[in-house]
Order: sequence, then structure tokens, then C-alpha cells
Amino acid sequence: MKKIISGNEAIALGFGDSGGVFASGYPGTPSTETLEEVARLGDVYCEWAPNEKVALESVIGGSIAGGRSLSTMKHVGVNVAADALLTLTYTGVNAGLILMVSDDPGMHSSQNEQDSRNYAKFAKVPMLDPSDSQEAYDMVRAGFEISEEFDTPLMLRTTTRISHAKGVVVPGEKITPKIGEWVKDVPKYVMLPNFGKLKHIEVEARLLKLQEFAETTPLNRIEMADTELGIITSGVAYQHVREACPNASILKLGLVHPLPEQKIREFAGSVKRLMIVEEMDAIFEEQIRAMGIDVEIGKNKLPLCGEINADIIRAALGESEGVVATPVEGLPQRPPVFCPSCAHRGLFTILSKLKVFVSGDIGCYTLGALPPMGAMHSVIDMGASISAAHGMAKVNAIAGRDEKPVAVIGDSTFFHSGITGLLSMAYNAGNALVIIMDNRTTGMTGGQENPGSGVTLQGVPTRQVEIAPLVKALGIDNVAELNAYDLKETEAAIKKGLETPGPYVLIDKNPCILRYKIRKPAIKVDQENCTGCRACLKVACMALGLTASGDKQKVRVDPNVCNGCGVCAQMCKFDAMHAIEGENNANL
Amino acid sequence: MQIYNIVIAGVGGQGVLMASKVLAESALASGMDVKQNEVHGMAQRGGSVISFVRIGEQVNSPVVMPGTADLLISFEPLEALRYIHYLKPGGRLVYNKVSINPSTVAAGLAVYPQDVEEQIAAADAKSHGVEALSIAREAGNGKAVNMVMVGSVMKHLPLKEEIITEVVKQISKGKGVEVNMKALAGGAAA
Repeated sequence: MKKIISGNEAIALGFGDSGGVFASGYPGTPSTETLEEVARLGDVYCEWAPNEKVALESVIGGSIAGGRSLSTMKHVGVNVAADALLTLTYTGVNAGLILMVSDDPGMHSSQNEQDSRNYAKFAKVPMLDPSDSQEAYDMVRAGFEISEEFDTPLMLRTTTRISHAKGVVVPGEKITPKIGEWVKDVPKYVMLPNFGKLKHIEVEARLLKLQEFAETTPLNRIEMADTELGIITSGVAYQHVREACPNASILKLGLVHPLPEQKIREFAGSVKRLMIVEEMDAIFEEQIRAMGIDVEIGKNKLPLCGEINADIIRAALGESEGVVATPVEGLPQRPPVFCPSCAHRGLFTILSKLKVFVSGDIGCYTLGALPPMGAMHSVIDMGASISAAHGMAKVNAIAGRDEKPVAVIGDSTFFHSGITGLLSMAYNAGNALVIIMDNRTTGMTGGQENPGSGVTLQGVPTRQVEIAPLVKALGIDNVAELNAYDLKETEAAIKKGLETPGPYVLIDKNPCILRYKIRKPAIKVDQENCTGCRACLKVACMALGLTASGDKQKVRVDPNVCNGCGVCAQMCKFDAMHAIEGENNANL
Repeated sequence: MQIYNIVIAGVGGQGVLMASKVLAESALASGMDVKQNEVHGMAQRGGSVISFVRIGEQVNSPVVMPGTADLLISFEPLEALRYIHYLKPGGRLVYNKVSINPSTVAAGLAVYPQDVEEQIAAADAKSHGVEALSIAREAGNGKAVNMVMVGSVMKHLPLKEEIITEVVKQISKGKGVEVNMKALAGGAAA
């Protein structure tokens, strides 16, 4: 039956229909929904791992034990899993293994713009690049077949416009999972140098065989039309090409590593002008130019940064259709903010007030860097808040600066990569205040379960890992609780943490109000008492606003948005803000 | 048939994605090809959200280009203005008249423009404002703004109203069926 589903849903369904047995991943936009959808299938085992390296290693085990396995992550997750990937390519697989990676050109929700096709080249593994939901579905099955036939892990790559775009899918026949034997094979799976040397030779030979396969597989297809212009493309860029150049001939690559050299030569020879349309890096172009083939239009006209679309392709061809519509200027921006009554709001109100250096991390709390808080001064990657704060403290000490850095990290990020940083801080006699915002969920990606949630991806109750005993076991003596909804208490706790020499950890255990649907009565402003001093506006809550008219602008709370945490009311010196008894109007 | 391009804009948490789903499912149920796409990632409420629905015999790109939309549905007036350049000249805009402050306004860093509706009226578009929040509340739930907005554009879509109504019925749960039916009808009458 026809369905309209996203690329992520299609991959999940494809996994279930291709005899998938075991899936593990870590949430990361735009890949997250894939594993959530596998969980919804109901009959396939899947789990969230604490990080991508653990996820990939777990599915390596799943493959060795004979079950078709899938690991899902975003592009930067592959950096974390790369250690496993770069040796997994040597061992190969038992049952098929797919690593699904979602790139985010345009950085809709990412800290960098990484092209994962580089990893396919680096790891010398085949990579598939679907251009819509149907292909995403079909390429899971094709991917498992390639993985098993060539004894290799396979990367299935999506971009945001594939993962999150919905299109029509007709599912194929469902294969019942067949679990293979669990075989001991030391030269295959034990990568000691002597075995590894032999395996490297096999990897190079495998790549040549995959190249031959690339020449004949229907995954790479030529759509001949007008021979004036020929375009080599893949992924969502193919759809934009079809839109921008309906008459052009196209070589559409589904298998984007390794490339089919003969097919490319044949195609290039059959058209007058050759164009390569690929998002982000010039990966096809560099390889095709290295073949000695003339490329007329590539990255000389198309951007290396951001997404490509039909207008950009037309402009590169010099066919721009007159004036492109431009947006209305001067409108106030509407960036995402902490939810009404999020616990992060109180913390960053105080951090902003204290003007300390905040070493930040990846999560909802990264928004603390934006105005008016402006209370986060470095964000690099998962876990860097703690390790970077440690390095800052060491150099500060050498420089004779008497200032203690503050690291802010969430529970999921702490489980992912913060533990080892804190271990180093304890071991190397560090001197930073670490604030762990433990809201019992992976918030930024939509509230996924983690080792602190007490429940698994498939909804099974499980051990809830407590952070305080874990922190103590790492060698941190000063560990205290924090309640970020209480501004005075929060300020006192942070000051104490800053004044106490050595590592100091504060843990806030207020749950995510969005994930756990916590609702409180809204706050109302007494217009008589409000002086319009704007002190409350410093908490940056979208429920607050200034009244438009009157001699003096006063503050108003939108009862449709307010969720009654009362942090704004604690900023008020004129007793003008109170909860509306018995009412609960929050609808956002 | 030409591709019919729809852009749906609003504020995170307003149900833009559910409205998009209704239109996409309705197109599928009508036997048409459809692509729907939005960018979401940050789960936080309050950010600007934009979603595309493209309906036709064969749809390639999931992205609507500026200057090509037949219909812009905006759940908030400022967001209507922010994305009005997506409309083709003379295209149709239906917007919810209830405004929501951006965080920049809430923080006192920016002012919500007082002339949003005047600017909308001055644009080269057939525009129409709807009091979606009060209609949704009358239907039984303030959160049904998204279904009011779907109701308010039904007559302009290349889709049959019965099909849209049936799709909404199927995806609604429990008491939501009645509320959403009322919201659709209220939107259609607005």
C-alpha cells in the first residue's frame, strides 16, 4: 500500500522489511526519527546507545552474531564512531551491516557542515545516497545485499531534505529475519598487525570489485535526453536538477562510492557540456577531473557551503529567471528559545548576571549563548564543556589569573562524552565548576530516552543511572544539588562552587517540562504595581512582552504561552507578578 | 496539472507540521504525487517554522522556491510577512490574526511591528485574516488553531473537502475528532 513517509521513516520500514534484527544509534538531527520509527515497528529490537561509538560497536557485535544490523547517527556522530568504522572496514561483516548517517547541509541544526562522503572514501566502504523516500526504503535492502556480498560495512547517507522530506513509498515484500551462525574466526575479527596487514590487502581488492559492481548496478543510471547538457548528480540534488533542467541528460549516482569510471566516461563523451551538481564538497568533481575528464560547470559556479536548490542551479547555468523574490527587511527575528518554564532559564539568568566564562556544550542549553543571556562563551562538540574548562583552568593558573571557569552540560551529553572529561579533571587536579542539567531526557532532539530516563527506546522500564554517585566515583568530592527555578539559591550555589578550590559539580534534577508535559498556572502582571523597569525581561521568556500603548510601557504575560515557573516573578522588585490561582492556560 | 505549491509558516509548537501532514495525506488519498518538507531539529518552542507541501502529477524537489507559492498559510501575522516573498505575484495568503511575540520582542531587544496587517494588505497577494484562536476555542480547544487554518484554505486547494475532512477524522484521537471537525468547519466559514 502507498504511504507518504519521510526518508527516516522509509529507512526504518526498509530495515524492518529487509530482515533487520538489531539497531542502535544516538539521537542527532536529522537522523533521530529513524530509530524511533524502528521502535514503532514493534517487532524489531532497537536501542539508544550512550554515544555513536558504542552504537556502532554494538551493531558490529550484532553482525558478528549473525543478525542484520543498523546503526543511525548524524554526520558529527561518525567522528565519534570513526575509530570503530576505520577498523570495521578491515574485519568486514558476518550478517549485513549498515551505518546510516545524516548530513545537514545548510546547518539547520548542527555545529558544522560535514560531508560524510569523505568518510566513505576514507574508510574505503560503499556508500548509497538516496534521492527520495522510495529510494531510501529500497536502498536499505540493496545495502544489506551489497554488505553481505562484498563482506563490507555499508554507509547509507541522507541529508536533511531526504531525512525530513515526505514522499510516496510503495513498500516491497517483507523478508523474515534469518539469523546466521555465530562463528569464531580469529584472522577475520582480531585486528592484530599480522592479520590487519592481510586484511588491508583484501580491502583494496574489495574496492576494485565494488568499482566493477558500480559500472553495472541499476543504482547508477543514465537518463538520456538533450545531449547539449549532461549533469552528474546524486541525492536530493538530483531532484533539484530535474526541476531546474527538465531537458538535460543526467547520470544519477545512487552508489556514490566507489564511482563507476567507465560509465562516467561514456556519459561525459555523449554530451556537449558536462556539469556536476553535488552539495557541499567537490567529491565527484575531484575524482572525475582526476580521470582527465573536462568538467565545464562544477564548484567553479556552485557553492561549497549550504544547500543547493533549483534557483542556484539555474544561476550557475546563467539562466537566472529575472528578479528572485526577496524577503521583507527589518522584521524582528524569531530564534528558538528556552521553552516557557524550562529550568535552563533560571540557570542562565544567574550565569549572565555573574559574568563568568561559561564553557558550553551541545543541547538545548546552547541557546544560553544568544542574547539577552549571552552566557556561553565556547561550544565545540559533545563533552567539550568539561574538558575545555579543565584546560582553561590550567592555563589560567599558569597565567596567574584567579578565575574559575564554569562548564554547563546536559545529562545526555554527559553520558555521551562528559564522563571521561570529568575523570580527567579529577585525575589531573583540575579547578572548574561543572553544572550538569539533568532533565532526564535528550531534549534538543525531541526528548529521547537515555541512561538517566529509567526507560528504554522500546518503552521497557530499566535501571535509571544516577549522576551524583557516578560523579563521586570518578573522584569528585564536592557534589551538590541545584534548583535552577530558585534564583537566589542558584546564585548562592554557583558562588560557593566558584569560591571552593578544585573540581566542583552542581546537579540540577528538574525534568524537561516539554518531554514530561509539566504544566503550572500562568503568571499575571499587576499593571498597578508594574513600573516598566524591564528587569523581568532579562529572563528571555516568550510569554513576556511590553504593552504597546500607554505613557509608560508595562510588562504583560501571554497566558496562552506562560507555563508558570515564576522565574520572571523573582526578578520583579515591585511585587507585580503572581501566579493565577487554579488556572492553567499554557497551550504551547 | 501544474504543481501546486503550498507554504505553511508559524511558530514552533503551533501545529504547523500536523497541518502539513493533513494536506500531504489528502493529496495522496486523492491519487496525486506529493512531497512535503519542513526543517525541524530543535524541539524548543518559539522559533520560526516553515513547511512546504507540493502537489502534482509528478513532484521532484521537496523545496518550494521563493516567488512560486500558490498559497501561503501563516499561523501568525509576523510570520506571514516573513515568508510572503514565497508567494508568486497575486498568490493567496490566509493568516491567523493572533500574534505571538518573538523572543527578541519578549526580551525588549526588538519591537513587534504595529503595521504588519497593513503591510500584508499592501503586498501583491490575495490575503485574508482569520481569528483562528477564538474559533479553535469555540471548537473546544485552543490548540486546534492548525485545523482552523486547514479549514480556512480548503476551498482554495486542488483537493476535495470531503477527502481532507476524512483524513482529519482518521488522524484525530478520541475527543479530538469532534473538536477538529468543528475547527475545520469554523475555519471554512471564517
